[in-house]
Amino acid sequence: MSRRLTPRMWLIAFLGIARRETLRFINQRGRFLAALVRPLVWLFIFAAGFRAVLGLSITPPYQTYVLYEVYVTPGLCAMIQLFNGMQSSLSMVHDRETGAMRTLLVSPFPRWFLLASKLVAGVIVSIIQVYTFLGIAWLWGIEAPPVGYLTVLPALFLSGLMLGAMGLFLSSTIRQLENFAGVMNFVIFPIFFASSALYPLWRMNESSPLLHDICAVNPFTHAVELIRFALYARLDLLSLLVVSGCLVLFFAGAVIMYDPGKGLWARRKGGA
Amino acid sequence: MQQQDALSIQNVSHSFGSFQALKDVSLTVPRGGFTALLGVNGAGKTTLFSLITRLYDNRSGRIEVAGHDLRRQSGAALARLGVVFQSRALDPDLTVAQNMEYHAALHGISRREARPRIAEVLAQVDLADRLNARVSSLSGGQSRRAEIARALIHRPELLLLDEPTVGLDVRSRAEVVALTRALVQGGVSALWATHILDEIRPGDGLIILHKGEVLAHGNAGEIGDGDLTRTFLRLTGEQV
Repeated sequence: MSRRLTPRMWLIAFLGIARRETLRFINQRGRFLAALVRPLVWLFIFAAGFRAVLGLSITPPYQTYVLYEVYVTPGLCAMIQLFNGMQSSLSMVHDRETGAMRTLLVSPFPRWFLLASKLVAGVIVSIIQVYTFLGIAWLWGIEAPPVGYLTVLPALFLSGLMLGAMGLFLSSTIRQLENFAGVMNFVIFPIFFASSALYPLWRMNESSPLLHDICAVNPFTHAVELIRFALYARLDLLSLLVVSGCLVLFFAGAVIMYDPGKGLWARRKGGA
Repeated sequence: MQQQDALSIQNVSHSFGSFQALKDVSLTVPRGGFTALLGVNGAGKTTLFSLITRLYDNRSGRIEVAGHDLRRQSGAALARLGVVFQSRALDPDLTVAQNMEYHAALHGISRREARPRIAEVLAQVDLADRLNARVSSLSGGQSRRAEIARALIHRPELLLLDEPTVGLDVRSRAEVVALTRALVQGGVSALWATHILDEIRPGDGLIILHKGEVLAHGNAGEIGDGDLTRTFLRLTGEQV
């Protein structure tokens, strides 16, 4: 019997990994609800409350004054993807603890392909969540140009990949599920709050130039801006380059960390 | 390497920092046989399995699965391996069928191709009626048999079983041992890691691993010379 890996077999392996991620997602309905409730709370409560407090001048891609809810929507889309990336990371650590990860890693396909498949599957799930959120926001009267719902798709895919790759990389450094709370406190919250998701960078600059600089180099800021511009059928080239570069960096880091010959994780006893 | 060997390991060592877990290990597993890898806890059995499955990288020596070098032809080598890990590897939230289909996909086998194979391997392990049951609802013995079925879907030439009877009651343990022996009768080679001497028969291949070193390698009947327990204690210096 031939054991050569044909292109069809690669496709089957990818679809199998994507199907498992989808089944897990469907089985965990609470996860879907939590993923939606979080940004909706921000949109309906936080944004409504801050509308009167925070003034926004006209900044690209907006061509007129916009409500704070409109400004914050792309940031909340990115927030969904950030939490989804971290959820994937959590599931990787869980799989490693329970042993399910070994099933994946002893597959004859190269490890980079297995990780990439898991990453893409997670991004597809996050995009479904984002579009559901955008649909609810639209019903609430927060609308982007119709074409924006189409042009935002590649931006969501790229930002989802970058944030998922970041989660993948983080998962390779976390030994136990108990350590995940630390990741929440020291990674997710600083990344989210020190970005342009909730406030424009010029606002940050007014209060603290240092904080502005930190926000400006935060990859999450660029993921938010990529989504924001794409939602208005425009391209922010700098954000595209930063997000693409960070994707390559994080994914390469994850592949190295999960490589049995190079990764720090595999060198420790009981690694997998 | 002899062509008939399912597994050949030559001069493999492995360390975790300053702790040397395996010291210049060499062994072979012939095709179509049941070979026991016997050792107390901490002997290095799981480390050896992790090297064979490429969960760890073998930085010294050479490992070949059915003639395929694990470093240079890892895909071809891993495609010929079926692995039953010591700890649970099935997803408890999915059904038996969904787990099997996932495993089949990881070997490039489509769901359509996998379905008859899944029916076949589940019948082999007497779990045909549990196809749509969630893994979390299976008993310990059923779960181990499902793990074996999972490892068989892609029709491996060599089955690695890392202490598969740990945590099972006497009846389930006997069932799993009998099942594996029946699979070997059907042509699969098996490397069975254990610390339970009762699971080994005189006609089996036997490798005694202790503190990372191979102390004996050959036919279990010849090594045991009528009393495997005494021989094992003498070789390893362990106390009863």
